[in-house]
Parts: sequence; structure tokens; C-alpha cells
Amino acid sequence: MSDALLQLRACCQAFPKPDGKELLVLNDINFTLAEGEIVCLLGRSGSGKSTLLRLISGLARPTAGSVMYQGHAVTGPAPGIAMVFQTFALFPWLTVLENVQLGLEALGLPEAEIRKRALAGIDLIGLDGYESAYPRELSGGMRQRVGFARALVVNPNILLMDEPFSALDVLTAETLRTDFLDLWNEKKLPIKGIILVTHNIEEAVLMCDRILIFSRDPGHIVEEIKVDLPQPRSRLDPAFRDLVERSYVALTARPAAPSARAVPERPYGSGIVMVLPRVSANALAGLIEALAGAPYNGKADLPVIASALQMEVDDLFPVAETLQLMRFADLEGGDIKLTEEGKHFAGAGVDDRKKLFQRQLLANVPLAAHIKRVLQERANHTAPRSRFRAELEDHMAKEAAQQTLGAVIAWARFAEAFAYNARSETFSLDNPI
Amino acid sequence: MRGTIPISVEQRARGISRWDALAILLTLGVLIFIAEASRHLLQPLAELRMAPISLAPENLPEYAARTTLRMLVALVLSLIFTFTYATFAAKSRRAEVLLVPLLDILQSVPILGFISVTVVFFMSLAPGRVLGAEFAAIFAIFTSQAWNMAFSFYQSLRTVPVELEEASRTFRLSPWMRFWRVEAPFAMPQLIWNMMVSMSGSWFFVVASEAISVGNTTVTLPGVGSYIALAIEQKNLVAVGWAIGAMLVVILLYDQLLFRPLVAWADRFRFEQQAGVFPPKSWVLDLLRRSRIVAVLTDAFGRLGKRTFQWSFLRIGSATTVSLPGVGSRWSDRLWTGFVVVLGALATWRIASFVLSDVSPHDAVEALVAGLATLCRVLVLIAIASVIWVPIGVIVGTRPRLTQFVQPVAQFLAAFPANVMFPVAVSAIVAFKLDPNIWLSPLMILGTQWYILFNVVAGASSIPSEMRDIGANLQVRGWLWWKTIALPAIFPFYVTGAITASGGSWNASIVAEVASWGDTKLQATGLGAYIAQATEAGDFSRIVLGIAVMSLYVVIINRVFWRPLYWYAERKFRLG
Repeated sequence: MSDALLQLRACCQAFPKPDGKELLVLNDINFTLAEGEIVCLLGRSGSGKSTLLRLISGLARPTAGSVMYQGHAVTGPAPGIAMVFQTFALFPWLTVLENVQLGLEALGLPEAEIRKRALAGIDLIGLDGYESAYPRELSGGMRQRVGFARALVVNPNILLMDEPFSALDVLTAETLRTDFLDLWNEKKLPIKGIILVTHNIEEAVLMCDRILIFSRDPGHIVEEIKVDLPQPRSRLDPAFRDLVERSYVALTARPAAPSARAVPERPYGSGIVMVLPRVSANALAGLIEALAGAPYNGKADLPVIASALQMEVDDLFPVAETLQLMRFADLEGGDIKLTEEGKHFAGAGVDDRKKLFQRQLLANVPLAAHIKRVLQERANHTAPRSRFRAELEDHMAKEAAQQTLGAVIAWARFAEAFAYNARSETFSLDNPI
Repeated sequence: MRGTIPISVEQRARGISRWDALAILLTLGVLIFIAEASRHLLQPLAELRMAPISLAPENLPEYAARTTLRMLVALVLSLIFTFTYATFAAKSRRAEVLLVPLLDILQSVPILGFISVTVVFFMSLAPGRVLGAEFAAIFAIFTSQAWNMAFSFYQSLRTVPVELEEASRTFRLSPWMRFWRVEAPFAMPQLIWNMMVSMSGSWFFVVASEAISVGNTTVTLPGVGSYIALAIEQKNLVAVGWAIGAMLVVILLYDQLLFRPLVAWADRFRFEQQAGVFPPKSWVLDLLRRSRIVAVLTDAFGRLGKRTFQWSFLRIGSATTVSLPGVGSRWSDRLWTGFVVVLGALATWRIASFVLSDVSPHDAVEALVAGLATLCRVLVLIAIASVIWVPIGVIVGTRPRLTQFVQPVAQFLAAFPANVMFPVAVSAIVAFKLDPNIWLSPLMILGTQWYILFNVVAGASSIPSEMRDIGANLQVRGWLWWKTIALPAIFPFYVTGAITASGGSWNASIVAEVASWGDTKLQATGLGAYIAQATEAGDFSRIVLGIAVMSLYVVIINRVFWRPLYWYAERKFRLG
């Protein structure tokens, strides 16, 4: 490997919590970006990969550790590091040309040179003819091309890409990826290294030389996977499939626990202060049904069922993990397998499903059991939302508490475990009218 | 299109915070300071002789032009104020905690009652010249325009989408460049809308500020306002008619020549990424865009503007480093706290010495009771106006053809200064021997009720068609339709309109509770009348007291009634 372009040493990022403590979002991140390399940060939402990208770009600073770029610590937006945004971040009141020129104007270059370089960039990225169009007149793919051109014309050494293809439809994303890879492989781009954030595993294997797998609470790197396949890569190549499978396994791996079977692991924290994902009961039922039916018959490979259901990692994992939490399914080694309860659920009618769901919910989601217990203990069988919110907020961020309560309310409604009145913000035991 | 809410409705600060208290102190302190400084300056005013106003209609174009010019100058000043004050408030965490409550309080101060004081103050700046009176009139107009513009700009700056903000930082735009390339464009559509509202609102002040009597002194500036004042004095209904006609023409002209082109131009700054269904059109803008001279000129200005992005002194402060949260700047924090404490102490001292020396408990009680009377009027009038205009607004808003016709008319009526209609009303009250305590009241809401109407129309026309379709499909009719579909959908819009109407009515009470027609003078009991009387008598301490009490009422009503109602509406009924 040649010289290091960028070096991260023991980077940590924490945000203050309402109770005065700190919430650690990134813990001890170390890695080096070498020249000529595309490194991918792969992980689920909440694993801090976008936060990391913001540290590298200088939009934020780590609370501990350092980001070194060309031998200097990054303390703010640095020249030579450009970014492509998930939502394009184009200025709707500027034309394509003006958008591309923006970064060059900020450099204070003479006008003739700004124009020359902007036009060259537009030409390179295939935007000729669109110079005077406004972003709102363009399709999503064309808009992201403007995003690429804008980043490339400032001749950055490092290009940061924050899920650049995830807001595009499948076909457009594929075209743009291929075009971009062609330019990179033909060495037509001025950049020396790329960091790509994504939650699309195939995209990571398709584009990158190295994949860093992130896990969360707090965000940290769990595994590094090298991709040695020559470009252009084929998705059908067995070696390619192998790497996709390996990535899935790495993503589903649990943090090493002494006896994996005896103590069921809980995702996201434990006890009543576990952060719950907002997954609808319908999605849970849907995944159980899909798993129970042919051709899976109760057990499926995650990448296979993900692509069959046309879901991405971020969509599939919360559902799968919730099933695991409620003991409807087990997750291991990139596989998902229905438990007895799960199979029972799949075969049951509406009323039995509700009963079964209620039993699993109260047995396995401590917060639901806690709320039920409090309601039973109180004389009038009601309790305000604020009581539980305060309890949760002692241990988690405000938004997380909000989301967790929302999830529990949704599941409890489906299970008819207890009722919630949004207007008065109270929980109660009576069934809603 | 819905205007920004005219009061601060930040959710985090319910009730009155210590910053609000400080803002109240500062505002009162400055008012008292100016009043005290001006009270001895009355004398030179008496020596002034202004050119007499003539009621001949051929003078009206000149008067109208001068009035409009004053309004435009005030608009430019308001823009400058907006760009500086609001930007500072949005950029500096320290400034924000003080400047935003201050703006909120300033919005609640009925400047109409303070014109007399400012006239004296500005006259003292340019003694013996018309200039002082001009300044005072422009200042009065400025105070009616600036606050809501600054408020809208501040809110826009705070809501610049995160990704645009991050993009401008990664590409290392200097603050100067960011302001003109990112922030100002983003805020532009909302700002222009607020400029239109401001311009409409300021007509009311023009009429009141051009001819002003303080004690025995009368200052008259040539303009439509003075023309109307003279017409009232001479009981000349024909002249009032001419003045109304002149105003109509002026309002139409600046709408066509200034605001319509601005709105059409600002359409490109809309943030929504979809192309607009019906982009606003303006023949003036089309004309300008086709003109070669204009193209050359704008191009030259554009180049000049871009050149400033390269000036090195404007590029300092580019975000080359990001500070860690909570680290450093302890010293400047202390300095800032010290500054605020000194400011607060000064204001408190001013107010205390004023209250102790000039205000008797009797006066204070009188003002508070008068305030209650005006409060009752405002609430009853808003209720009556709502009962009338909400159903009409819904009916109009759900019929697109009718909306197209009624919406501009309602906006025009809101722009029309209701105080020129007062003489007509007064002569009617006199003729029918009606009780002024009741019949003067409707004048307060004459000009402001339209805000309710056009906000409700806007709300009703934005009811999604699926919602209306499902209503028809399920045969939801009559009261059920109103209760489940129409009223919930328009509620947030209605609240916005009602807040604006209520604020305007308080202000209007100062001219509405005392009205005259020639020698006949009608008077109702109320805080507005209290302030008007104090003005006439040149009694500065009672003017200040009256204004302070009115501000207090307005602030309290906003905090305990309108703000919670606004949030209730936002939470519960906001569509999408």
C-alpha cells in the first residue's frame, strides 16, 4: 500500500444527554485510508457511520482521538476533502452551472478559471446540455450527478460519499454507480481516495476495496473485510456472493457473550431501558408469514430473503431483531429461523395471533410488562405517558425514548395488552371503545 | 400562502422566561428614556410653520407620491434592520436569547400611541426643520413594518435545511457568501410575503403619523394622511372620497409594479424541489426580463456581487475550525452576562424612578381598568368576526373559482387603511345618536378582520382533494361535514389569522376609541382612548403608562392564550 491519505486514531464521539451524562455514539475508531483506495463504512442506521463521515469532513470534531489528513489534524472543513450528500443538497435557486461553480467561487479563483473548471466537470460527469437547468427540473439521478460534479471540480484528494445512491431508484442508482466506477477505474477522476457510507451490502462489495463493518451502541468497527475481486465485478460471481454472505454474517454477529444460548441476547441495551425499533405489528406478521411459507419453511438465509422481499439491511434488520426479541425467531450466522412460537403464530387465526402476540410481548419486552404491572397496581388503572417517558429519558436520548414508547404502544395495541389515549396521553387497562 | 405567525411561538419557552422579563424591562426603559428626553423639547416645535395642506384634488398625486416615498424609505430601513438584527439573532447564541424576546415585546408595543413622543424626539434631532417630522413619520412607519419581517427572516435562517448548511460548510463558503448564496435566497419567499403584509399594515400608520397633535402643537407633513385629517376637520366627505380613491390607485400601482414582480421573481427560491403547478406571473417582470438594458445592468451587478466573494476581508471568519461543544469562551460568556446585567439594571432604574415620581396608584388602576374594557372589545370582536368570516372563508376556499376572485380582494381590503373609513362611521353614529361605547368598537376590527378571512380561505383551499372526495363518498354533509372536515382543516390557518387580527385591533383601538368628525368628538371607555387623551394633553407619563399597560395585556394574551392555541392547532390539525 502506498501512503496514508487519512488516518483516524482512537476517535470517539459523544453527545450530552439530558441527565448530564454523555451518550457515546462512536467508540475507538481506528483506520487508515491509503491512496487509490475505496473504503466502505457499512452498518445499520444508528451505528454512527454518518457521524464518522462528518468527523472526517471537519463538520464536527471528535470528543477524543484525532483525524489526521496529510499529516495535520482536521479541525474544520478542510480543502481537499469534498462530500456528496444522500439528499443531493443542491441549491434550488442556482442553476446546474452555478451549483457546480459554488465551491470554486468559495476558493476565490478568477472567474475565467471557475467557468473553465466547472464546464470541464459538467462534461466529465455527463451533464452537458443541462448547464442552465434548475435542480427542480432534473430527475433524481441527474441531480446526484450535479452533486458529484460539484464535489469533483474542487479537485479534492478525498471524496466522501454519504449514501449517495440510496435516494435513487434501483435502475438509476445502478447506472450512476457504474458510470462513477468507470471514471474511477479509468483514472479520470482527480481524487486519490474515497470513503463511502452505505447500508446496501451489494453496493459495498461492488464498489469497495475494503469494507469496515460497524456495530452500534456505541458505534464501533467489528470487522474488516477485504474485497480483492477485479473490477468490473459481477453480482453473479460466486466469490462476490461469498463476500455478500460474509458481510451479512458480520452484520448479524452478536457481541461475544459467554454462553450465547443460555442468556438470550437483547439488542439495544437491556431491561426496560432497551431502545425499541419502530416496527409495525403488520411487518412482524408479514415476515413470519414469509418465513413460514415455501420455499423457506421456517428458515432462510438473510441476503436471500432480503432480496426476495426487496428490502435493504436497514429495513429488514429491525423487523428480524424484533422477532428475535419476542422469541418468534432466532438470528444467527446470517440466517433467520422461526421458533415454535413463530410457527404457531403463522398458522393461527386473528384472535389466537393476538393472544400469542400478547404473551410473547409481555414475557419478552420488559417495558411492556412494566407498563402492564404499573397499570394493574394503580387503583384507577391509568398512568400518564410522562411517567414512563421520564423513566426512559434517564437512560436514553429524548428521541429514542419517544421512539421506544411509540413502538411499545403500537405492539400493545395490536396485542390488546393495554390501551393508550393519545389525546390525554395516558395509558389504561380498559379497551378502547 | 400563509404568512408567518406574527408572534414568537417557540415551543420550548412557554409562559414568560427571564429573557422575556428582561426584554420587557429594556423596552419600557427605552420608551421612558425617550419620553423624558423629549418632554422638555416641545417648545421649538411651536415655532414651526409647515406648508398648509390643500383639499384640492389636483394636489393628491403629489401627496400620494410623498406618502408612498415615505413608506418605501421605511421599507428599505426595515430590510436593513431585518438583515442585521435577524441575522445576528440567528447566528449568535448569546444574542439570540435576548434579541428574540425583545422582538416579541417590540411587536406588542402599540407604536401608534408613541408617535407623538417620537415626533418630539426626532424634531429635536433636526430642530426647526421639516426633516425631523419626516424622520418621525418614517420611524413610525418603520416600526409597523420591521418586526414581522425580522421575525420571518430569523425563522427562515433557523430553518435552513441541514444538508444545505453542511454543503456550504464543506465547500468552505465564507459567512458573507453563505449569507447571499444560501441564507438570503432561502428566506426570500417568506420575506417578500411579509414585506407585502408590512406594507399593507403601514398604511394605517401613515394616516396616523402625518398629521399629529401633541399638546397645542400640530405637525402636518404633506401627504395623504394629512389630507384626510384636514378633510375630517372640515367635514368634507367628498375630499375623503378623493383620498380613498388616491389610495386605491397607489395600492394597485405598487402591487403591480413592485410586489407582483417580486413574488414572481422569488418563485425560484422556493425550496420545494417540484416544479410549481402555477408559477406566479408578472407582466412587469416579463418586461424587465426581456429588456436588454436591464439584462446588462443586472449582469453588471451580478459580477460586482460575485467580486465581493473574492475580497479577502470578507472571507475572514470562514469556518476553518469547528469548535468543540462546551469548550472555551468562558470569558466572553462572563462579559456578556455582565453586559446584560448592567443593561437590565439601567432599565430597571429608569422604570423605577419613573414609576416612583410620575405614576400614582390611581393612574395605574385607571389604565388597567381601561385595558380590561379594550380587552373585552377585542375578544368579542374577534369572536364576532370569526363567526361571520370562518363559514364564508370555508365556502369560498372550497370553490377554486370563487377563491381566485375573493383572495386578492380580501388581501386588498386588509391593505386598505380602515381609519380613512372612520369619519363615515362617526357621522353615522352621530346621525343615529348611537352609544359610542358599543358602536365605535367595530372600527377596531374593520381593517384587521380580513386576516381571518384570507387565512381561512387559504386553509380551506388547501384541504386535500382526497379528503373532500372521501367526505362526498361517505355522504358526510351538513354539520357533520363542518365538524369533521372543514373546521379541523382550517383551524391552524384560522389561528394564524386571528392572532394577526387581534394584535392589529389593539393597535387600532388607539385611533378607534376616540374618533372625531369636524367638531363632533366621540369617545369610548378604553385603553386606546386613554392613550389618545394623554397624547392630546401632551402628558408623557400617562402616554408611557398607557403603552406599557397595553403591551402588558398583549404579551400576556399572546402567552397564555394564542401561543398554546397555536401549538394545539399545530399538533392536532396540521395536515401532512
